Amino acid sequence: MSDEFKIEIVNPEKTFLSKEDVIEVILPAFEGEMGILKNHISIISFLKPGIITVQAKSGEEKYYVEDGIVEFKNNNLSILTSFILNLKKIEKNKLHELLKIAEEESKKIEISDESKYLIDQKIETLKSIN
Amino acid sequence: MASLDDLKKRITSVKSTQKITKAMKMVAAAKLKRAQDSAEKGRPYSEKMNNIILNLSSGISDKETAPKLLSGSGKEQVHLCVVLTSDRGLCGGFNANIIKKAKSYFVKLNKEGKELKIITVGSKGNDQLKRVYGNKIIENISFKNSKNANYFDAEKVGKIIIEKFQKEEFDICTIFYNQFKNVITQIPQAQQIIPLNTNGDDQNNSEDNYEFEPDEDEILSNLLPKNISTQIFKAMLENSASEQGARMSAMDNATRNAGEMVDKLTIEYNRSRQAAITKELIEIISGAESL
Repeated sequence: MSDEFKIEIVNPEKTFLSKEDVIEVILPAFEGEMGILKNHISIISFLKPGIITVQAKSGEEKYYVEDGIVEFKNNNLSILTSFILNLKKIEKNKLHELLKIAEEESKKIEISDESKYLIDQKIETLKSIN
Repeated sequence: MASLDDLKKRITSVKSTQKITKAMKMVAAAKLKRAQDSAEKGRPYSEKMNNIILNLSSGISDKETAPKLLSGSGKEQVHLCVVLTSDRGLCGGFNANIIKKAKSYFVKLNKEGKELKIITVGSKGNDQLKRVYGNKIIENISFKNSKNANYFDAEKVGKIIIEKFQKEEFDICTIFYNQFKNVITQIPQAQQIIPLNTNGDDQNNSEDNYEFEPDEDEILSNLLPKNISTQIFKAMLENSASEQGARMSAMDNATRNAGEMVDKLTIEYNRSRQAAITKELIEIISGAESL
């Protein structure tokens, strides 16, 4: 029996990634990291800034996301995100730029605790990539 | 009858107009391909988003505690209408169709005694609406500088709408845009986005039991603002494809009309040239006869 399932990552512009031979996906879910294997219970959750790891038969790939919604149903994993980057193709300058924007934002006083938390997560993730 | 010189000038002028419209048609066709592509590619996102929200909202048992973006503010007094148009003209009935649809809706609201607020996206809509509904327009957004419809622009509009909703400046929000059907047909649409219409066919989804992490309410309150931006983005994509389609067919018509006009003018030109020659001949002959 195969233990593969389907993944589809969609951003507003296009279908970013679609694979059918996925074994495990690790998601930065809002309440902590979450690993999804085949026959996981149907779940809806959303993401905080972090790294998605997709382990497929064809190899492992990592993506950086800033937000997103995850739905898993009938061995179909759909991830909707408005900002996603493939870690392999990412450029150093772009990373620094993102980091700078995030750091500037975190210095603002008027932001709420929740967005502060999200931005801190973002900075941490970006630093860990560097 | 116009003189030969005048006719000649008119023919050249019509011909150069024809060249312009032909070029515009070609440009629109190229852009249409791209806009159509991105409209099609953008569909899965909004469809999935819709599906998830339907699943979520069918799971919510207590409508009273549901987020206001879903259930509405409980009133129906103030309507916010977001009219999405293009920034550039020369695209046939594209803008006029949206405006017409929006205006008939405004009239209906007026009759019912509802209060009306308008946000225009795109300068053409603003130009046409400000004459009659100038005092109702509370915001005019234009993305003249961005080449293609992109999500960040949509997000900006979404944020403005949500902010206004949270300040209780309106109760119901409707967006107006053109849905792209094919190159010659674009259907003006009015879509209500706040409160969200969840009366779709969700029968097949209601059996699924989802696990939610965190709970439904929190996910929904995070998801709904995103959905607004997504819906607006979808409308923007449809709109830009429609705009190029409308421009293409309008320019195609213009090119054809110019061609017909050139033909007509050429015949007239030849006729009057012939008439002038005949006249000269008659003058010469009758002059010779009188000698």
